[in-house]
Amino acid sequence: MKILVLLKQTPDTEAKVSPKGDGTGLDIAGTIIINPYDEFAVEEALKVKEKNGSGEVVIVSCGPADIKERMIKALAMGADRGVYIENTGLEDADSLTTARLIAAAVKAENADLVFSGKQGIDADNMHVGIMVAELLGWPHVNVVNKFELEGKTARVEREVEGGQVEVYQVELPAVIGANKSLNTPRFASLPGIMKAKKKPLDVKKPSDLGLDIGQLKSEIKAQVVSYNKPPQKPAGKVFKGESVEEMVSKVVKLLREEAKVI
Amino acid sequence: MKVLVFVEQRDGKIKTSSREAIAAAHQIAGSSANVAALVVGTPGDGLKDAGVDTIFTVNKPEFKLFNVMNYTAAAQKAVEEFKAEAVIGMASPMGRELFPRLAARLNGGLITDVTSLQASSGSFKGGTKPMYAGKVLAQVEFKGSGIKLVTVRPNSIQTTVSGGAGNVVELAVATADSKLKTLEVKKGSSDKPDLTEAARIISGGRSLGSADNFKIINECADALNATVGASRAAVDAGYAGHSMQVGQTGKTVSPQLYVACGISGAIQHMAGMRTSKVIVAINSDPEAPIFSVADYGIVADLFEAVPILTKKLKEIL
Repeated sequence: MKILVLLKQTPDTEAKVSPKGDGTGLDIAGTIIINPYDEFAVEEALKVKEKNGSGEVVIVSCGPADIKERMIKALAMGADRGVYIENTGLEDADSLTTARLIAAAVKAENADLVFSGKQGIDADNMHVGIMVAELLGWPHVNVVNKFELEGKTARVEREVEGGQVEVYQVELPAVIGANKSLNTPRFASLPGIMKAKKKPLDVKKPSDLGLDIGQLKSEIKAQVVSYNKPPQKPAGKVFKGESVEEMVSKVVKLLREEAKVI
Repeated sequence: MKVLVFVEQRDGKIKTSSREAIAAAHQIAGSSANVAALVVGTPGDGLKDAGVDTIFTVNKPEFKLFNVMNYTAAAQKAVEEFKAEAVIGMASPMGRELFPRLAARLNGGLITDVTSLQASSGSFKGGTKPMYAGKVLAQVEFKGSGIKLVTVRPNSIQTTVSGGAGNVVELAVATADSKLKTLEVKKGSSDKPDLTEAARIISGGRSLGSADNFKIINECADALNATVGASRAAVDAGYAGHSMQVGQTGKTVSPQLYVACGISGAIQHMAGMRTSKVIVAINSDPEAPIFSVADYGIVADLFEAVPILTKKLKEIL
């Protein structure tokens, strides 16, 4: 069984992210990491391979060249090899364009199963995995908490509103988007880290996948035109040192009369 | 501009948040004549007087439970039937599952989780979307021709619309020959709205000390008609389930009122709730970062303050 994992990189949660002066880009100060949800995807792929007793886990990424460092980390966790798709000239790609590149790679790999994280914690989009499934004509389930595979059929649970759980039966090939509670990602072992550097990491240009950059560029349908800081709230009213009864009464009054939310 | 609104139902009940999507559609469409709603799996009568002239339904038993393949087929059919130039839905578990697939199928532009639309009657340029967990707001615009798809973050659109002819049109949609079967939807533990859609939320942190102690939060939530949330620290400590977690690796919420009890305000938590309209913080530590985003703060022990808050709310609500 060949299992692909879609992996992207993001600044970590603690990173400082602010718009550049002219709003055209972002200043990011902080560590760049594997998108946290993608680690759950890597872990699930490794678990499926282990349970199966054979197979291959391939990390697929599309983005700037330094993403390869994150791919090597996933290889150190135990994935077998990587496919890196260059996005030079397509830095402004929207989700559908990225999905076209990845779908072409998935097709070329003839994969049986694809895992992704449920969302990137940068643009918070939750688009690409689902779009890849549609472009390939496959089913998908995103925000998955539970995944059980028997042969080519999976039983999948995803949590929706109010703690309700949708239960699906999915025939492979399919795209599965990992949520946090799916598993606990393993740490890379020292031998794993040593081995990772020697594992194959193929570099593909869009043309290697049969896609034309000019054509892809002309089909971009959504684009960030500017970034802004969220409006700053005026300092709040914080009560201290009075009786609790008194302070609570004041806040309840303000909620009713000033904020008008109760 | 002709706009199709994807209206959600669960258990046959139309979700009230879908009214926000209809209101958003009116910002673009200009009139009820240009707004159609699609509701799958239930009759459309619940949408009379909701501001739409046309109500498409696919009222077949096999469409009752959400199945993204079937629902995408239904939405595609409604788009073709209505000749829609834009599709609007909610950034809900259902909308987030459906819209990327629909955008790829229709080869359209997609902007999700917007908090406001950049639109005027007949023109629809794009929308504003929080990114990096609300650290920045991105202005995203559509490019080129093609259908425009948007999901709106719940509680972002304050206006409501009514009226509309409300003519129900049953669509003939075949069940997708799908490799995806919805087996069942297991009932949730709560009849309150989901955190992501709730208008009011009260959350507890690790200082609650045990799962049992969450009952003081639950009681206050009942008085306030609020949904209960939790910080990651409280979830990791086992006091609350992951489905209740507010924050970067939990749920992003934007209620009218967010009450944080015994939550210090780690970046990871604030990432999930900073777009709340009004924030109340109750914490015994006056230096807790949560006070920096709070509209109203009470420096006090939550075990003392929360029961008093519950009592006061019961008196007036």
